[in-house]
Formats: sequence, C-alpha cells, structure tokens
Amino acid sequence: MIPELGHFTLILALAMAFIQSSFPLVGATIANQTFMALARPVARLQFFFVVISFFILVYSFLINDFSISYIANNSNTLLPWYYRFSAVWGAHEGSLLLWVLILNIWTIAVTYFSRGLPEYFVARVIGVMGLISAGFLLFMLFTSNPFERIFPIPLDGADLNPLLQDIGLIIHPPILYMGYVGFSVAFSFAIAALLDSNLDTTWARWSRPWTLLAWIFLTLGIALGSWWAYYELGWGGWWFWDPVENASFMPWLIGTALIHSLAATDKRGIFKNWTLLLSICAFALSLLGTFLVRSGVITSVHAFATDPTRGIFILLLLGVFVGGSLVLYAFRAPTIKAGGKFKLLSRETFLLLNSILFLVAMLTVLLGTIYPLIIEALNLGKISVGAPYFNAVFVPIMSPLVVFLGLGVITKWKQDNLFQLLIKLRYLLISTLFIGITIVLVFFENHQLKTSMGIIAALWISLTTFYSFYLRLQNKKNKLAAMLIIPRSYYGMLLAHLGFSVCIVGITITSNHSVDIHERMKIGDTIEFSNYQFNLRDLKEISGPNYKATEAIVDVKKNETLITTLRSQKRIYTVRDMPMTEAGIDAGFTRDIYMSLGEPLDTESWSVRLYHKPFVRWIWLGSILMAIGGLLAILDKRYRTAKQRKKSIIVNNEVVS
Amino acid sequence: MIRYLLPLTIFLGITVLFIYGLQNDPRYIPSPLINQSAPEFNLPTLHEPELNIKMDTLKGKVSLLNVWASWCAACRIEHPILNNAVRNYDIKLYGLNYKDSRSEALIWLKDLGNPYIESAYDKDGVVGIDYGVYGVPETFIIDKQGIIRYKHIGPINNEQFDNIIMPMIRNLEEEK
Repeated sequence: MIPELGHFTLILALAMAFIQSSFPLVGATIANQTFMALARPVARLQFFFVVISFFILVYSFLINDFSISYIANNSNTLLPWYYRFSAVWGAHEGSLLLWVLILNIWTIAVTYFSRGLPEYFVARVIGVMGLISAGFLLFMLFTSNPFERIFPIPLDGADLNPLLQDIGLIIHPPILYMGYVGFSVAFSFAIAALLDSNLDTTWARWSRPWTLLAWIFLTLGIALGSWWAYYELGWGGWWFWDPVENASFMPWLIGTALIHSLAATDKRGIFKNWTLLLSICAFALSLLGTFLVRSGVITSVHAFATDPTRGIFILLLLGVFVGGSLVLYAFRAPTIKAGGKFKLLSRETFLLLNSILFLVAMLTVLLGTIYPLIIEALNLGKISVGAPYFNAVFVPIMSPLVVFLGLGVITKWKQDNLFQLLIKLRYLLISTLFIGITIVLVFFENHQLKTSMGIIAALWISLTTFYSFYLRLQNKKNKLAAMLIIPRSYYGMLLAHLGFSVCIVGITITSNHSVDIHERMKIGDTIEFSNYQFNLRDLKEISGPNYKATEAIVDVKKNETLITTLRSQKRIYTVRDMPMTEAGIDAGFTRDIYMSLGEPLDTESWSVRLYHKPFVRWIWLGSILMAIGGLLAILDKRYRTAKQRKKSIIVNNEVVS
Repeated sequence: MIRYLLPLTIFLGITVLFIYGLQNDPRYIPSPLINQSAPEFNLPTLHEPELNIKMDTLKGKVSLLNVWASWCAACRIEHPILNNAVRNYDIKLYGLNYKDSRSEALIWLKDLGNPYIESAYDKDGVVGIDYGVYGVPETFIIDKQGIIRYKHIGPINNEQFDNIIMPMIRNLEEEK
C-alpha cells in the first residue's frame, strides 16, 4: 500500500507541474494577475508531493521492501543501513527521482528568494521550471517507475553495486545533481528574459547568484567524483575521460564561461546574446549528460541499465527543451541591441576570448565523446576515443586561456593603453619565467619541459592575480580601509583564480612525476621504491557485513623511521560475487603514497601495486578554493540590493505614516 | 538571422546522430571473423610442451575456445563459471593461454581448477593476433566445420552462459 502511495504522490506532483507550467506562463503573457499568482503556491505543493514520494522510497529501502522491483535489484538485507539509504540513488529509477527532487528544491528556493523581482518574470521562471519537472515526471512515470512491484517477492535483494558502497557515493550524486540541475535556474531565467518584450540586462544580475551556486555545486561534485575514482577504483587515476565524466565536465566548462559572461553583462551591459546562449547551452549539456548516461548510446564504466525506449524519451525531452529554446533564441537574439562598446585592448576582449576558448574546449570534449558514434554512423567501424586524444587537444586549448586570463585581470575595462600594459607586464613576465624555470630545474629531473609549462602557467595566474590586487590598492592612502571596501566578489575572483592555479600545479606534477611498480610480495618481504621501504607485515582474512576480504598490512619506512602503515583490501562481495579493491593511501600535502592489493599469485604471495603520487591533493584543494571563491562572490552585497531597497521602502512608509 | 540559427543547426545535427545511435547496440562489437573459418594454429600444449595442438583438433564437434591468461583479473571472475559449465553441460572447452608464463599459468589452473580439455600455449600472442583478440578473456564458438559462429568479449557470467552460449551450442549441434 505504501509504495502505491509513493506512486500516487508522483502523479499528483505531475498534475501540479502541469498547472505550474501552464497558468503562470499564460498569465505572464496576457497579464493575468491570478494566473501568475498561482506559480509560487503550486510549485510549493509540487515540492511537497515529490518529497513525500522520495521519503516513501527511502523508507521502503530502509525496511527492505523487496516487493518493489527497484529495491530488490539494488539492495540486500546484509547491506548496512546507510548504504540502503544511498542505494535510493544507486541506479536509474531512484536517481531520476533524486533529479526531480533536486529540481524541486531549486524551484522552491526560487519561490522564496525572488521577492524583489517583477511578478511576470518570476511567473515565467517558475513556469519554465515546472515544464522541465513535468517532462522528467512523465519520463519517470512512463518508463522508469521506481515503485513498480515484482511478483513473486524475492526473499532477498540482489545487492547494491559494490562500486557504489562507499561514503563518497553517498554524497557525490546529490552534490553533482545540485550542480547539473541548478543550471535549470539559469536556463529558466534566460528563457524568461527571451520571452520578455523589452529585454535589458537586469535579468543577468538576478541570474548571477543562482548560476554561481550551481557552478559551486558542480565544481565540488566533479572534484568529489574524481576523488572517489582515485581511491575506490584502485589504480591511482583521478580522471579517466570517461563519457560520464565528460558529461559532467562539459556543463562545467560552459558554466565557467557563463559566470564570467554574466558578470560582464551585469556590470557592463555587454555580451547579452552570448550570455543567453551560454545559459541555454549549460542546461542543454546537463540534459545531454543525463541522456548519455542512461540511453546506452555510448558505453562507459558508469553506464546505468540501458534501455532504448528510455533513450528515445530523453532525446525527446532534449529536443523539446533545447530545440525549443534555440528556436526562441534564433527569433529573439537578432532584435537584442548590442550593449556598451569596448576597444580591442580591454578586459572585455580577453573575457570574450576565454569564453570562446571554453566553448571550444567543450566542443572538443563533446567531439571526443560522440566521435565513436560518428565513425559508426559513417560506417567506418567501431572505435573508442581515449585519454590520449583528450590530453593532446586539451593542453593547447588551455594554454592561451591561461595567458588571456592573466592579461584580462590586469587590463582595464573598455580600453587600455598598450604601452602602459607592456610596462606592467615587463616585471610580471620576467619573474614568472624566472621563478618557474628555477623551480623546475631545482626540483625536477625529468619531463622538465611539460612541467615547466604547467608551473609557469600556474605562476602566471597567481602573480597577475596578486598584481591586480596591488593595482587596486596602489593609490589608496589607507590600504587596510581600502581592502575592506573592495567587494567580496572581487576576493571571490582572487581565490577562485588561485584555486585554478593550485589545480594546474597538482595536475601537472601528478601527471608527469607519478611512479608506480607492480611486485609480487609475501609476508616479510620488503620492497625499496621511490626512496621508501615497503614491508608486508601481515595478511589478514576479514569478514564484512556483505563481503569477505583479504587485508594486506604494509609498513612504510623512510631511512629506517616508520612513516605510516597502509592497509589495502581485496574484497569479494558475496551476493554479486564481485571483487573490489580498497586502496591503502597515506595522504600528504606534497605527495600521496598509494597501495592496492592485486591478485593472489599462489598460496602465500600476492601481487601488490605501489604508487608515489606527488601533489595529487592539490587538484582537489584547488577545486575547493574555486568553490569557496564562488561562495564569496555570492555573498557580495550587490545581490542584496533588492532586499535593501525593500527595507528602505518599509522604512519610508513608516516615516510617511 | 543565419548566425543565430547556427546553435540550432549544430544541435539538430547531434540529435540526428543520437537517433541513429539509439538503434545500435553499443556492446555489439563486430568480429570480421564471424562466419569465417577459424584461423589455423599449431601450438605446444600448456601441460606438455613437446605435444602440439592444432585447430583441426577442434573440428567435428561444436567447441568453445576461451582465451585466458593468469595475469588477467577478469579471467579470474570468469573462471568459476567455466568450471561450473563443464560440470553441468556436455561441452568441449579449449583454452588459448595468451601471452602468459607457463609456470604461472599452470599454478593458476592448479589453484582454481582446470575446466579445459586442453590449453594451447600462445606465448608470444601470435595466434591471438590471428583471432583478433583485444580484450582477455574472449570466447569463440566454433562449429563442427571449424567456422567461428560467435564471439564473446569479456568475462561470461552465468546468465549469459545459460541464455546465450548454451542455446547457440545446442542449435549448432543440430546442424549437420
């Protein structure tokens, strides 16, 4: 009975989504206040029904209701309760429900934090979001009902995919989805702006904090996914250019271009068309990601259960939302007047160039992801595009981007003087090259060219960023007071750019200077590797709740002093008979030592893989800095003007009365 | 107007590609060898280096040729399924030990059981190249005339063995 209730509330949510999308959108067009006023309450009602439905699924997982097919396929009585909880989004149907729940969380946030905006605009935004929700609810109810019953009821479930039985996977999907789905807000704002008869740039200011928030979640979600892959897949890689990873990376690339372009539109009234297009594009790529993961068009290690009818349905949704909005764009964009003017040598130029480079980078990733499909369509056979392609094309695109980034932050808006810029650049360029080359010559013996490219890029970004800060304070008498006046969004920019350079350092050094060996070891053996001594102290048999494991305990010494003890497990998950490796990692600021247990070679020896990965932490550290930078930018006072204006109106009224 | 239609055009192009893509099975990897005679080989057997095994040995009855190696992790997953299969069904299963060390391969079979009638020892992977092996394990179904009729890439699980491999073998056995 309870699962049917969950199914029923989903249907009610769909009904709400229809009302939420039809009346407010029509109301905004014919200026009907009653219709428009429906937007907020109906959206909240939809949220209510989706939450009930979601919690019914959670509850059914926790009580092991194997009469539900989805639960029978993805859970097991031996599974610990927290994995039963996260198993809710462990496969297709449940993760769609999570998708819809998160869309509703964003919508409800819009209903509460949009008080200062014109009524017709909010009605349109909520209406478009209702339309998206309706599409996904239809998809779920027709092709992927999470509450479908199974008969006869199995005694026990088939267990959650062991790969997903991990703390990282409890939090990774919700955060990633917050990012993905969050771009639906930017998308809805852009559509609302396009539907508006007199399009100005105020929508860009309204859209900025939402877009930034979605971007922060996406940044963190991708970083978490990469961290999870690093320690869970057991071979020390942190990025695989897998189609599903690319699916989250493409919206990030466009999202990054979008937050910069939105800033320019907001502050300077430029790039209006471009910003609108990027807003549509970011969400289109989120939908594309959903399509790629679920349709089975492209195979991947992540691939969800694939089903062509599902693929067709998502393709249809993609066609309606993206096709529809691009048609709208094609009609409306030519009528939008270009905003403020700028000269060739200006910050605007560099912003635009980098925006284009982000788009090119996204298209390259897209091409690599769907290239196997193109080749097949042209009857040239089956191929797969791997990391070598992406690595080969990505560095040449990122290099000019780094150069322009540095130039952009020290160039003035509107117009700058070439001579003055060159003077500013003189010392910056010399010190970047000098420090970069010195570091590489002193610390690195091999791959010096590639390493110096990365180090110089990172230094260029940090030095220009600090220099722009210096320029801002240069002529101020009281430096401390001036520092307090500088808006938070500026500090956010500083931090995010520094985060980017930290990331570059991590990627460069890890990719070029990681070493690993593959050895046979038995108890008591010692291996010398990368100036450390690894001693296999013990091998233990362990029984987990739903797995059996062999654990290797390895003491790591350097010059006879014990540094750490690593524990790596080879697990066999009994229900699915699936082997998994739990890596043993000693994390450090400048290096990770990583061990993974391979296969038993005979009764007493095992194959063991050891890795020394310098600076790998910096990749995630940099991502966290970028996210904090984004957060600082959201907290900027300029977005609170609406509230403040309202307060002042109230104050005025009181004065009047 | 035209430049504003460009995004739409690109999007439509990609959509057409996806519609096409949906009609194909992404896991299907064609082997040019299917319905061709299985490439000849003449290799020493794994257990007795002085004895040789030829492709001809496999003819006359429907047989399975499983490419495996002791270094291959996925083979370890597949192995119990093969052990089970030879216990439960009357099938002829041959192994092609691919790019392996003889001693490690023998230890492997000793530890995990030997489901194979015989394994050919392809030390340098020369025969593997003829068979277009690119992911171990791979399994070929070869009919009575020595023609390859099916190829499975990656480890076979129980379900696939019962629902794909066995029905195929039964059908082929009824052929003359």
